[in-house]
Amino acid sequence: MIVRQRETITAKVLLILLMLITVLPFVSLFVTALHPSGTYPQGISWPSQPQWSNFADAFTAANMLQLLKSSSLIVLGVVPASVVFGTMAGFAFGHLRVKGHRWLFLLFVLGLTLPFEGILTPLYFQVRDMGLLNTRWAIILPLIGLFMPFAVLWMRAHFVNVPEELSEAARVDGASTWQLFWHVHVPIARPALSSLGILLFLWTWNQFLLAIVLVDDPGKRTMAGALGSFQGQFGTNIPLLCAGSLLIMAPTLIVFLIFQRQFVTALLAGSVKG
Amino acid sequence: MYAIFVLRPMIVSVQYSFYKWNGIGASTWVGFDNYLRVFTDPDLLGPIGNAFKLIVFFSFVPVVLGLAIAATTRQIAESRLASVARTVLFLPQVIPLVAAGIIWTWLLSSTGLVNQVMDAVGLNSLTRAWLGDFSTALPAVGVIGAWVLLGLCTLLLLAGISHIDPALYEAARLDGAGPWREFLSITLPSLRQEIGVCVTVTVIAALASFDIVYISTQGGPGNSSMVPGLEIYYQAFTERQVGAASALGVVLMLLVLLVVLPIQWVTKERD
Repeated sequence: MIVRQRETITAKVLLILLMLITVLPFVSLFVTALHPSGTYPQGISWPSQPQWSNFADAFTAANMLQLLKSSSLIVLGVVPASVVFGTMAGFAFGHLRVKGHRWLFLLFVLGLTLPFEGILTPLYFQVRDMGLLNTRWAIILPLIGLFMPFAVLWMRAHFVNVPEELSEAARVDGASTWQLFWHVHVPIARPALSSLGILLFLWTWNQFLLAIVLVDDPGKRTMAGALGSFQGQFGTNIPLLCAGSLLIMAPTLIVFLIFQRQFVTALLAGSVKG
Repeated sequence: MYAIFVLRPMIVSVQYSFYKWNGIGASTWVGFDNYLRVFTDPDLLGPIGNAFKLIVFFSFVPVVLGLAIAATTRQIAESRLASVARTVLFLPQVIPLVAAGIIWTWLLSSTGLVNQVMDAVGLNSLTRAWLGDFSTALPAVGVIGAWVLLGLCTLLLLAGISHIDPALYEAARLDGAGPWREFLSITLPSLRQEIGVCVTVTVIAALASFDIVYISTQGGPGNSSMVPGLEIYYQAFTERQVGAASALGVVLMLLVLLVVLPIQWVTKERD
């Protein structure tokens, strides 16, 4: 019993330590953001006069409203389309078992490990030839394509486990495949769908590489892409940079804290399947 | 009619993947020399070596630490503290990697928190601008990656541990097994799949790292923390060496496959 108690205490100490390591960087960022703009503060030190106005300054400097709008537009362009395509293709793979699905499936599995940088160069020239460079479409269209392997495999994993009898019953009732899909399978896939949506939202919002390569104007980028250029612009003004970073992180943090349970489930399951 | 609606998105996605391969096909048109360059030019070969060094930080550290933490915290996995931890440890996963890069650039700077702590414990002789030093830039980048991935690995492994039948542990205790023995004969084998997932995810993150390096060091000082992803970016958009960039891209994709497939095979096989 004593052994067990000692183990419990060690475990608690470890967990708290780990949480500290996770949270301290954020704390440092926050207190630094309160220092007078342009100074070089120490790692963690409470300023004599907290400059809350830094956040307002950063809000204007980073053009936050424009960024929020831009990122939201990109998310709206990417997520619904990816979810719909992914679901349909996943249904075809997992349930209908369309001819040749094994080969296509392998193609998607390979796509899952693909580092974005590997296709970056051809992608750039292709987007340029399509005349989409520096538009939001330059981020939206490739992202839909790049998310396909994950979306398809995710939904396939769901549909594979749906009992065959369900479809047979619906067919006996005279449902077409189209009806079968929308009225029978999509409703029961809702948990899988919402997790997929959460993950894709996060990955789109945080997408950096495509944003800096394909779009020059920070106002048309994703949040993460804009953060990169914000750093380039205000990199030497540490308090302002910290305030700006916090602001840019805020939307995802707030959404995360509201939907934390769904997020954690989705992310854990997401990495297992990914 | 339904087939059209199912096949269409499939073709669209296949079409997308075709575009990827097409673009790479175009690089062969430049010739084989690019590949030769990738394997002989130190500017291109160096980053690949760095990527492998990053695996130590991105994969090895989080997985080993994660295992240790998950194994010790197994008994309190249901407690309130653990559920708070679940939320907190996910924070690095939710913020953009760019933000992680910015935060740590600040922490690792000469007046940052890391040096402040080292001063406080009397290690002031070692303090430096970690990301600006030839010998520490790459490990410093590695530390950032480890911070981002440690929470994820810990939680994945903890989730895996909670699926292990507690009776196994009870039996081991009755047989007089110590914590270490318990870990080796029960925890480790049962977690094979979760460990495989952690290693796969983190290895890909290491080999394909871009955001963090771009923000924190830009590959410098010199080329000391250059990684393939960033080198591709520079080759293609600064040096205008599209061929070399694409060749490096192909090599990177193959590398990821070469590294990931055996991991998958080993961890799935004995399931």
